[in-house]
Amino acid sequence: MTIPRFWREFEHRYRLVGTKCPSCGRVYFPPRDVCPYCHRESVGKMQNYELKNTGKIYSFTVVYQDIPDFKELKPYIVAIVEMDDGPRITGQVVDALPEEITIGMPVKAVFRRIREESPSGIIEYGYKFVPI
Amino acid sequence: MRDVVIVGAGQTKFGEHWEKSLRDLAVEAGLRAIEDAGIYSKDIDAIYGGNMSAGSSTFQDNIGTLIADFTGLAINSIPAIRIENGSASGAAALHEGFIAVASGIYDTVLVGGVEKLTDVPMEDITEVISGEIDREWEAFNGSTLAASAAMIARRYMHDYGAKREHIAHIPVISHRHGSLNPYAHFKNTIKVEDVLNSTMVADPLTMLDCAPVSDGASALVLTTMENARKWKNDGIVRISASTVASDFISLHSREKITEFRSTIEASRKAYRMAKIEPKDVSFVELHDAYSIFGIIALEDLGFFKKGEAGKYLEEGYGNLDSKLPINPSGGLKAKGHPLGATGVGQVVEAVFQLRKQAEKRQVPDPRYGLTHSMGGAGGSSIIHILEVVR
Repeated sequence: MTIPRFWREFEHRYRLVGTKCPSCGRVYFPPRDVCPYCHRESVGKMQNYELKNTGKIYSFTVVYQDIPDFKELKPYIVAIVEMDDGPRITGQVVDALPEEITIGMPVKAVFRRIREESPSGIIEYGYKFVPI
Repeated sequence: MRDVVIVGAGQTKFGEHWEKSLRDLAVEAGLRAIEDAGIYSKDIDAIYGGNMSAGSSTFQDNIGTLIADFTGLAINSIPAIRIENGSASGAAALHEGFIAVASGIYDTVLVGGVEKLTDVPMEDITEVISGEIDREWEAFNGSTLAASAAMIARRYMHDYGAKREHIAHIPVISHRHGSLNPYAHFKNTIKVEDVLNSTMVADPLTMLDCAPVSDGASALVLTTMENARKWKNDGIVRISASTVASDFISLHSREKITEFRSTIEASRKAYRMAKIEPKDVSFVELHDAYSIFGIIALEDLGFFKKGEAGKYLEEGYGNLDSKLPINPSGGLKAKGHPLGATGVGQVVEAVFQLRKQAEKRQVPDPRYGLTHSMGGAGGSSIIHILEVVR
């Protein structure tokens, strides 16, 4: 990933900043410029919204594939987490063993390193989840 | 809207074609379809080619022109357009070809699909395939298409109490039928226990829940009923429905991940367009890139109630002589999954079945065949209903 491609998402990846539709009140993460339910009503009016970092596991898996960027983590846990503010987020679950994870388990987002080093030389940070 | 019929069908074997390039595969399938139609290159007005990954896998783009060039058709200056819609790229190309003929813009079109994956180093292939999910918000964080399928499977078992074994019936059926198909990547049969005990890919899914990485190409010649009657006495197959629907690309944006809204919507439109109901379908070709996709699709297509598909498969549904033959070709799991070629290949199989040319894997006396193709983890679904013209 080149630096700008990563840099432009900083506030979303580092602080869980999504968007909120002023028309229907739905909260989105990742951010959207258009609310899929309110369409024109929402255009140009979507507001930044920082999510609370807590949620529950909606579903999860343990990945055994050889992904070049995540080889050292293998096997690692990936989950869809339903945040207490509404939206669901895909991320890794860390500081936990695969056999401890269950659907419905409470977790919180933490700031972690996602990749050691990308080919472009930058270290990419973002959110992962840990059990509460 | 004019009736659109298929007069030619051809494909390469799906599998590992170390000796053939992307263009070799595309040309082989294209020429077979043209020969099968019994027409000449001058009869073709346009080409629509489905391909997902040539740019990222082989650094070759502008595939439409390349294929037109090497099938010898560029010299006729006809339009040649590449269509990309994830692993539904082939089915999407067919949809575009259908629109072109139905609308009256073109009379006869060549629709193809091709993918060359074994030119990609093995460790990069998962990354190429992860291009089908949201790169920035799913793959960036370590998810993959297989991980998406696994999370769907886990939630499905959680919500409906379905057993792990139920899901494994899809690859078992696909391999049984694939073993009878000379075009198939795999010729071995497998048992439910083999699926459960295979190497873990993304828990709970194992290697035998996942379609292989295949090379291959498939092609169809579409034309008007009027032309078809001039060229052929029999073996004309009508496209009774061609429908496409989209959904949120990411699983995390969908209200439910245990159904594919795109499949539900596209199939509902397709049944209406073909004026048939699910019970009229003689056989179905499912997008079983992952076993769970096949299970969920069977329910979304209206064949079984939510959460029940696996139970019926356990009772024998899916076999060639059952009420609902599933993946007579071997499906994506055993026939193979050369992404862009897959959706066109499903329809090639449907044509062979409806013409009763499917030999050992022939479904008895079929009337309607339904093909189901998906991009990503259900971000798009494309349905075709094919009918034999008597």
